[in-house]
Amino acid sequence: MTNATTGGLRLEGITKRFGSFTANDAVDLDVRPGEIHCLLGENGAGKSTLMNVLYGLYQPDGGQIVVDGEPRTFSNPKQAMAAGIGMVHQHFMLVDVFTVAENVMLGREGAFVLNKERARARVREIGERYGMPVDPDAVVEDLPVGLQQRVEILKALANDAEILVLDEPTAVLTPQEIDELMGVMTALRDEGKAIVFITHKLREVRAIADRITVMRRGKIVGHAEPGTSEADLAEMMVGRAVDLRVDKAAAEVGDVRLQVSDLRVTNVAGVVVVDGLTFDVRAGEVLCVAGVQGNGQSELADAILGNMPVASGTITLDGRDITRANPHDTIAAGVGFVPEDRQADGFVSSFSIAENLVLNRFDQPPFSRGPALALPQIQDNAERLRQEFDIRTESISAPLSSLSGGNQQKVVLARELSRDLALLVASQPTRGVDVGAIEFLHRRIVEERDTGTAVLLVSTELDEVEALADRVLVMYRGRVVGIVPPETPRDVVGLMMAGVPYEEAVASAENPTPRAEAVATQGAAERGEHA
Amino acid sequence: MSTVAAARTPELDVHESRDARRARLSAGALLVALGAILAILSTRTAGATAYALSGYFDAVQLPTVTVPAGPTVIACAVLVIASGIVFLAGRLPAGARTAAAVVGGIAVVLGFITWAVAGSQLPFQVSNQFAGTIALATPLVLGALCGVLCENAGVVNVAIEGQFLVAAFTAAVVGSVTGSTTAALFAAVLAGVLMGAMLAVFSIKYLVDQVVLGVVINLFASGLTGFLFDQLVQPNSGDLNSSPLLEPIAIPGLSAIPFLGPILFNQTILFYLAVLSVAFVSWLLYRTRWGLRVRSVGEHPEAADTVGVSVRGMRWQAVLLGGAFAGLGGAFFTIGSTGAFIKDITVGNGFIALAALIMGRWNPVRAALMAVFFGFVTQLASQLQSLGTPMPSQLLLMLPYLATVIAVAGLIGRSRGPAADGVPFVK
Repeated sequence: MTNATTGGLRLEGITKRFGSFTANDAVDLDVRPGEIHCLLGENGAGKSTLMNVLYGLYQPDGGQIVVDGEPRTFSNPKQAMAAGIGMVHQHFMLVDVFTVAENVMLGREGAFVLNKERARARVREIGERYGMPVDPDAVVEDLPVGLQQRVEILKALANDAEILVLDEPTAVLTPQEIDELMGVMTALRDEGKAIVFITHKLREVRAIADRITVMRRGKIVGHAEPGTSEADLAEMMVGRAVDLRVDKAAAEVGDVRLQVSDLRVTNVAGVVVVDGLTFDVRAGEVLCVAGVQGNGQSELADAILGNMPVASGTITLDGRDITRANPHDTIAAGVGFVPEDRQADGFVSSFSIAENLVLNRFDQPPFSRGPALALPQIQDNAERLRQEFDIRTESISAPLSSLSGGNQQKVVLARELSRDLALLVASQPTRGVDVGAIEFLHRRIVEERDTGTAVLLVSTELDEVEALADRVLVMYRGRVVGIVPPETPRDVVGLMMAGVPYEEAVASAENPTPRAEAVATQGAAERGEHA
Repeated sequence: MSTVAAARTPELDVHESRDARRARLSAGALLVALGAILAILSTRTAGATAYALSGYFDAVQLPTVTVPAGPTVIACAVLVIASGIVFLAGRLPAGARTAAAVVGGIAVVLGFITWAVAGSQLPFQVSNQFAGTIALATPLVLGALCGVLCENAGVVNVAIEGQFLVAAFTAAVVGSVTGSTTAALFAAVLAGVLMGAMLAVFSIKYLVDQVVLGVVINLFASGLTGFLFDQLVQPNSGDLNSSPLLEPIAIPGLSAIPFLGPILFNQTILFYLAVLSVAFVSWLLYRTRWGLRVRSVGEHPEAADTVGVSVRGMRWQAVLLGGAFAGLGGAFFTIGSTGAFIKDITVGNGFIALAALIMGRWNPVRAALMAVFFGFVTQLASQLQSLGTPMPSQLLLMLPYLATVIAVAGLIGRSRGPAADGVPFVK
């Protein structure tokens, strides 16, 4: 049906505006069957917008979509699907309370009365064919994220997609899961599918892309060959030379400031999420907590802040017991906190920048006088921090929601660092932040370390862990797998993030048994979870 | 390889969730407290309590059972406390807990009735209790089904009361004018659907806050029917407000069963429709393409949208179909009962239906069971009132609502509805 000259997908001069903002400016892209085409760009470069246009979720203001040589217009996803386009969304489009089979059949159920047996068979058949089996009767919300993503891919394949768009698919995966996904993508490519792989992670692009297209500020800024160096790719993506490493001196480690002993935390559902954690963080060092999303890191951070009740164990800060302290007390004790989900927990987006900058101190002098706010001081404080942290805004009175993600995070960090800290707890401080701002945020965190603050950094990004950590604590299922130096090879840390103890991880990293080992381990772990 | 994997698989330490634990402990404490109250009451219970199993006019007369009141209440108190202890003890299989809940529940009711009726001249009419339960539960079940459909599609419906009211009014007027209960039923269904359309237009198309909208629709329904009643119906009540009533339909054979027959198989069409509707809605929601799509737009509308399901279309259909059930429920208040409409005749039943829906956790069968429970308590209150019990009648009238609060807070715990319930879909 498809061949090299007419097959595949071409986007010609796609333009999409939201009001006065041009998200896509005359974008051209062509994707051929049997290739993995990488669309690289920072957050906000317009990649997702472009793909939503392709998928019929947005209508373009100009340009056309050509599939297999025929110009098409898609006014809804159904038409795009009918043309053979399948999309794996960054935020999974799965109904959590449905089973895998129900999710796959939704929208193309066939007869009025559901034939669940046929849907199950279809899930099994496609799963086996592409080497990614999933239990069709599993309820989606019970599945680990990696398997949920698999269901998304199965959904697209069940619909006979020939052109598969994966929007930031690796953001939520472990290194091993990423390897698996790459394997699946390669297999699909070899089957003759055209794959659009959207990402901002340079390493992955280099690993798998057949061709690379780079977007910046809504425009295509260039194409690159798979062999292009990371530094060059980063420069294309950001528009200027970027220093991917953080300059930092060796840590000058002082006394223990944060001491966590045998900490256990249970979540609302009664599941133990932090299970007997013991570690310390000393003055002047960055301890990175590495792990895949959902292995208890967020709860650990919340427990330290006092936002989540501790089941047993102790937390002390500078010798003072803060195990049962509430956030108000821990903040007063000198804990700075950069929450994982800044939109939800980091600030009040309708408040002004100046107000957000004193959210943790508005009730103390100099920002309050009795019951009244000291508005001039709040303004001065905001002006000063705006300079110091390079917060790019027209006015400090503008609502925080008017800022870009990177600048919002600068506000959070500015607020937390603008006082003397004993401990800085930062969860995913650079998630969703553009490369330029990442550089800045990292530098500030290292500077804070150098003033003698203990820094506990929770991150799922190995790049970030490597760049900042003085020691790396790997967490898996609420437990410490090991505490290792930051020079530990990436694949060892990756295996540890899947629960493999350090010695074994070193052994299997040295004589690389293929992925099968890691996959089997993970499969067993997943089964263990549901047993 | 496998040994390595096995060694590495950590045991996931799953405790009873905090919510489940709280629900279990509060249910246990509640039962123990109720048992203690019964035990105290038993000391002041004298005489005997008579339970009449048959009504005065039943074809087959079953005997009247008389029990000594004091010992019976004591026995019930012991059973209730024992079942409470089962809950408090924890670590028991779910089956034992269910059994304890059933035993405890029945013992509470029995002990309470025995105490309340002790020494009364008249026996407690058991068949009357069940017949009344069914009559009161019929509109509640239909109303709850309306809510189940709307809310599974993601539209909060607090306007069931308004839908009831307009349907009740329409049924009375159309029944009076045409003299046909069939025409009245169809008119009521149409009225319910039109009220549903009003909810749909403002919530789905104009994205109005659904709770506020529901309240407004209820006020609108009350005002509209009140106005028409005063201006039009009241002055001509002979022509416009004297509808024929739905006749009970005896199911041959089954209706002759002693005790159960007259209660379950000699009812109006509305009762049979309500029972069938529960099965129908259940089938529709969980076994058909339509139901899968409805639930998907209530849970994750964006996901449904990306696979080509029309979110707004499904919501419209669900709300309109729900309106049909609310219309049937509304008809009960006029042509299923006295045939005449009076202002605000539905007296909050729409809200009780809503409570049944939430306590039934958005599931048609469970919602219907909760509706029956409310019917039971309401009927109990009115029976005890007529028997002249030691409890003040005002307190008895509170009983259904007290039961609601206790059930919601203690026994049900936090319940989780459709994730996108009440969230407008904007593309």
